[in-house]
Amino acid sequence: MTVWADALIQGILLGGLYALFAAGLSLIFGIMRLVNLAHGDLIVLAAFVILTLAAWLGLDPFAATIAALPIMFVAGFALQYLLLNRTLGRDLLPPLLVTFGLSIIIENGLLELFSADSERLHAGAIETASIMLSSEISIGVAPLLTLGSAIAVIFVLNFIFYRTSLGRAFRAIADDLEIAQLMGIDHPRIFSVAMGLCFIVVTIAALYLGMRANFDPTIGPGRLLYAFEAVIIGGLGSFWGTLAGGIILGVAQTVGAQINPEWQILAGHVAFLAVLILKPRGLFPRAAD
Amino acid sequence: MTNANPMPTAQYRIETKTRASFAASVAACLLVAVLLALPAFAARDFIEDMIFVFYMAALAQCWNLLAGYAGLVSVGQQAFVGLGGYLLFALTNIAAIDPLIAIVLAGAISAVFALPTARVVFRLRGAYFAIGTWVVAEVYRLVFAQFKQLGGGTGMSLPPSITNEVFGIEWIKTLFGVSTPASRDIITYWVALLLAIATLALVYFILRSRLGLALGAIRDSEHAAESVGVDNDRVKLGIYVITAAVTGMIGALIYLQKARISPDAAFSVLDWTAYVIFIVVIGGIGTIEGPMLGTIVFYLMQRNLAGFGAWYLILLGALAIAVMLFAPKGLWGYLSERYRLVLFPIRRRLVVKNSN
Repeated sequence: MTVWADALIQGILLGGLYALFAAGLSLIFGIMRLVNLAHGDLIVLAAFVILTLAAWLGLDPFAATIAALPIMFVAGFALQYLLLNRTLGRDLLPPLLVTFGLSIIIENGLLELFSADSERLHAGAIETASIMLSSEISIGVAPLLTLGSAIAVIFVLNFIFYRTSLGRAFRAIADDLEIAQLMGIDHPRIFSVAMGLCFIVVTIAALYLGMRANFDPTIGPGRLLYAFEAVIIGGLGSFWGTLAGGIILGVAQTVGAQINPEWQILAGHVAFLAVLILKPRGLFPRAAD
Repeated sequence: MTNANPMPTAQYRIETKTRASFAASVAACLLVAVLLALPAFAARDFIEDMIFVFYMAALAQCWNLLAGYAGLVSVGQQAFVGLGGYLLFALTNIAAIDPLIAIVLAGAISAVFALPTARVVFRLRGAYFAIGTWVVAEVYRLVFAQFKQLGGGTGMSLPPSITNEVFGIEWIKTLFGVSTPASRDIITYWVALLLAIATLALVYFILRSRLGLALGAIRDSEHAAESVGVDNDRVKLGIYVITAAVTGMIGALIYLQKARISPDAAFSVLDWTAYVIFIVVIGGIGTIEGPMLGTIVFYLMQRNLAGFGAWYLILLGALAIAVMLFAPKGLWGYLSERYRLVLFPIRRRLVVKNSN
C-alpha cells in the first residue's frame, strides 16, 4: 500500500514541474491563440542560459535564475515583436510552421554550442534534502519547492490577469482583438509583454527541470508534449485547471512507472488520450474554444 | 423576323486544361519511360538516391493533401511511416508473407489503425490537432518498443533470407546481370517509382473529383463550405484515412530498403515529418507541383549540405521560416504566378465563347 501512496505523492510533486511547463503555453494560447511548437525547446534553452550564467558568474542555480529572468523577458519580448507578431492572422499555418522551424533552430543551435552531453544544474545540499513523512515515505525538498513555485506562479498569473490593467488588456484581446484595438490597445506590444511573461515562467520551469534530472538539447519536444497534455487535461483557459492537469499527468506517470518502469511516459500519454475521449474540453474548461 | 440580327449567344464551358498542362503531360510520359529504364544504365548509388527522392516526394504529396487542402496540419505522420515499417517486419518475418504483398497489406492495415486514431485526434482543432497527432505518434513509438518479437526498444534487422527472396529478384539478376543486393535495389526502385506516381495520380484524381471540390471549398473557408452542404468532418476523415494508408505503404517500402528498424528511427519526427513539412513549404503548399519541386530542392540540399550536421538543420529551419513569412506560396507559387504555369490542371476555369 505504501508504494502506491508514495507513487501518488511523488506524482503530485512531479505534477508541479509539468504545471510550470504548461503555464507559459496556457498563457500564450489564452491571450493570442498561438500554439508555440518551440515551447519545449525554449525551456531547454532557458536551462542552458541558467547553466551558462551560473558558470560565468560563479552563482548557484537560484541566483543564476534571477539573473536570467530579465534577459529572458527581453528575449521573449523581442521574439514576439520581431518574428511571431508577423505570423498571427486568420491562417493557421504560419504560426505553426514558424514555431516548428524555431524549434529545430533552437535544438540544433544548442547542439552546436553545448554538444549533446547531458548537463545538470547543481544546487548543493538542497538537491538531496528530504522530509521523512513515515519510515517509508519521504518528500524531497526540491520537488516540494517545485510544486510550491508552480502554485505561486499560477497565483501571480491569475493576479496579473484579473487584478491589473495589463491583465485587463490581456483579457480584452483574448475576448475580441478587433474591439480591443478600437479601445486603443497596442496589441503588438501587449502580445510581446505576454511572451516576455511566458519566458519568465519558462525560465522558472527550466530551473527545476535542470535540478531534477539531466538535460540535453534534444529533450525539448518531450517537454512540449507534457506541457500540452497538462493544458488539455486541465481545460483551456484556466490556470488552476492547468495545475490540476499537470498533477494528473504527473500521477499517471509515477503510477504507470510503479506498475512497470518502462510504462512511465506511455501511462502519461494514455491518461491524456483518455481525458480527450471522455471529456474533450478538459476537466476544468473555461474558454469557449 | 428573318432579317433581324441573330442574338449573340454565349457558350459557357468549364475547363481545367491549359496549354502548359498538355505539354507537361507529354513530357511526364517521356520522363516516366526514362525513369523506368534507368536501372539499365544508372549507377547503383544513383538508384539508391532516387529511391529516397521518390519516397520523400510521395510523403510530401500526402502531407500536402492533409495540410494544404484538408486543413489538417499533422506533426504526427511519422506514426504511419513507423507503423508501415513495423507491419512490413511483422508480416514478412512472423507471417512469412512476400515483402511486396506485405507493402500493400501494410497500407490496408494502416488505414484500419487510422480510423480509431482519427476519432481521438479529431477532437482537437487547428494547432492543437497538430500537437495531438504528435502525442499519438509518440504512443505508437512507445507501444512498438514494447514488442519483444519486433526487437523491443533496440530494433531488429530483416534476415537476408527475406530481403533476398523478394518476388522477381532472380529475373532481375539475369536480366541486368547484377548482384543480389543490386537487384534488390532495382526492385525497390521500381516499387518506389510506382508508389510515387500512384500517390501523385491519387492526389490529382482526388482533387479533380467531387471530393476535391469539397476540399477546395474547405481550404478557402470552412464555414462557407459547410453552408453549401459539404460535410467537413467526413471529408477530413476520408483524407486522413487515405493519406494514412499511403503513408503506411511508403513506410513499409522505406524499411524494406533499409532492412533495419528501431522505434526511434521509424517514428522520427525529424525524418518523416519535419523534412516533409520543409519540402512542402519550400516548394509551395496547396499545389501538386510544389511538393515535387520542393523534393528536388531538398534532395540537392541534402546531398551537398548534410555534412554540416546541426548547421544544415539550422539553415533548413531558417529557410522554412523565411519562406513562410515572405513567400507563403513557396517556390512554385512564385514561378506559377510569374510565368502563369499550371502543370497539373486541377483548377476549374470558366471559359466563355462568344459566337454570332
